[in-house]
Amino acid sequence: MSLVDIRDVHKVYKRDSFDVPVLNGISVSVPKGDFLALMGPSGSGKTTLLNLIAGIDRPTRGKVIVGEKEISAFSETKLAAWRATNVGFIFQMYNLIPVLNAADNVELPLLLTKLSKKERREHLETALNVVGLADRMTYFPRQLSGGQEQRVAIARAIVTDPTIIVADEPTGDLDAKSAHEILDLLHRLNADFQKTIIMVTHDPKAAERANHVLQLDKGVLVESERRDSAGSHG
Amino acid sequence: MAIPLKYNIGNLMSRKVSAIMTIFGIGLVIAVMVAMLALYNGVQQALVSSGSKENLMVLREGAQTEATSWVTREKYRIIRALPGIDKAPDGEPLVSPELVIIFKLPRYDNPTGSNINVRGVTQKAMAIRPYITMVDGRMFKPGTNEVIVSSRMRKRFRSTNIGDSFKFGPRNWTVVGVFDANGTSFDSEIWADVEYLGLAQKRPEYSSVLVKPDGAAAMRSISDTIATDMRLKLLVKSEFKYYEDQTSGLLGIRVLVTIVAFFMVLGATLGAMNTMFSAVASRKRELATMRALGFRRRDVLLSIVIESIVLSALAGIAGVLLALPVNGIATGTANFITFSEVAFNFRISPAVAIFAVSLAIVAGVIGGLLPAISAARLPITRALREI
Repeated sequence: MSLVDIRDVHKVYKRDSFDVPVLNGISVSVPKGDFLALMGPSGSGKTTLLNLIAGIDRPTRGKVIVGEKEISAFSETKLAAWRATNVGFIFQMYNLIPVLNAADNVELPLLLTKLSKKERREHLETALNVVGLADRMTYFPRQLSGGQEQRVAIARAIVTDPTIIVADEPTGDLDAKSAHEILDLLHRLNADFQKTIIMVTHDPKAAERANHVLQLDKGVLVESERRDSAGSHG
Repeated sequence: MAIPLKYNIGNLMSRKVSAIMTIFGIGLVIAVMVAMLALYNGVQQALVSSGSKENLMVLREGAQTEATSWVTREKYRIIRALPGIDKAPDGEPLVSPELVIIFKLPRYDNPTGSNINVRGVTQKAMAIRPYITMVDGRMFKPGTNEVIVSSRMRKRFRSTNIGDSFKFGPRNWTVVGVFDANGTSFDSEIWADVEYLGLAQKRPEYSSVLVKPDGAAAMRSISDTIATDMRLKLLVKSEFKYYEDQTSGLLGIRVLVTIVAFFMVLGATLGAMNTMFSAVASRKRELATMRALGFRRRDVLLSIVIESIVLSALAGIAGVLLALPVNGIATGTANFITFSEVAFNFRISPAVAIFAVSLAIVAGVIGGLLPAISAARLPITRALREI
């Protein structure tokens, strides 16, 4: 059964008075526990598709269904509440809040839950332990390396135990070693914790970690490849 | 739960120089406003605090001020004989017939001079107004050309030191004492013996009669009697009400203060708005990240407005602190009801300080709102691409 169901989705952006079509009738199903890589050249619509699945953008036409809920029909407020409990975000540039330390950054999504302060503390410590940064809790982003920042961002993405984790070029700003560590971590989240991960990447090495690769070009799906042997390259 | 306050504090701390410059800039604007409010408050206090709610002021029917009022000696004698008037230790009724004459005396900073009140009183005047005390020299002797001056007048007007003389009307007057009227409008006066002053100025009538009833019931009874006695045809009101009515002469200052306050708040609002627009512009991506994580538009809006409020509240406090040196400065202005000088101190009361900080906060709310709305309305996907 699909966790994510994209049905005939179109997305058109307005640029001045011009319509710029980005997605042209895409339909995709992502099963629960999948590690999906979205690939394709710049402008192919992969980030737009990711944004639609993550509920931070809406399709011009078509349906986006996640966990049997048609999120493309949600109101703005309902969508925000849905994102808070169902989506974990990992960005290329980490997008940590510079004035908050690692613990406070990881705690941010928990502030939208009904957990007590003590429970929030326990959750964020667990998340930072998973990414191996329990000893960097009080560090601010400027005091961390790029790889460490991205690991804090991953801790923030998993701290609420979301339904899906979306990652937009998670290794795009990292050196090879850090990128390798981040991909190992994502693979472990998928393999050990059964997290559904949808990742946009240009990097074929990163895509190798996924068990399902979709190739997009000019807003249409051009190839779908499912692998059984994807895994850690440690 | 909303976006944590530590996010806003952290942002203000991360751009310390810019925040301090904004606080100082808006603070200066607030300081000017506080000074204006302190001026108005000082003048108003000087007038309103002059009157006691326990004393009755008797004036000519229709008179607005003592300067345009007269009460004949015969009417004074009728009033003095009314029952219910409090008694002095010597058994005499506490009734003070007073004569107010305006005259011009050179000031140290203005040789052409300003109008001041010369108040003719009896020795009972201080018994009815116990907050007025002699601070130097002695009380004038009845039936002489001796005067006492307020300590504030002595600082501002020439020829008002003990032993000095000045010409007023056909006669010379000698200063023999200095009194302090505790910040009331009597601090703007010179006092002389009422009988001698009337004789010297050829004014056989009094300007007003001040009466101290011996309780609330007596106050009502005396008021009713004076108001209804057809022989008298006099106006009676509490001394407090009389001085409160005088504040209508401050309309010009009030209008000026309001205009200045409006432009100051406008300036503070624009200052806060400019700072917050700049702050929001540099944080589009992190605000979009917050929204992606699940914070609502209104959470972002509230967070930016709160940051603006924190900034402007600090600026308000800075403004009050910057204005504090003017607190207590003594000066004077013309009262256009009495056409005489009102001496007053700039007063930054707690109410003025709270009002100024509140206005700064209002400026913060208004100034923060537009940048906050712009931040909250930005599409997440577009803002995430901001550098």
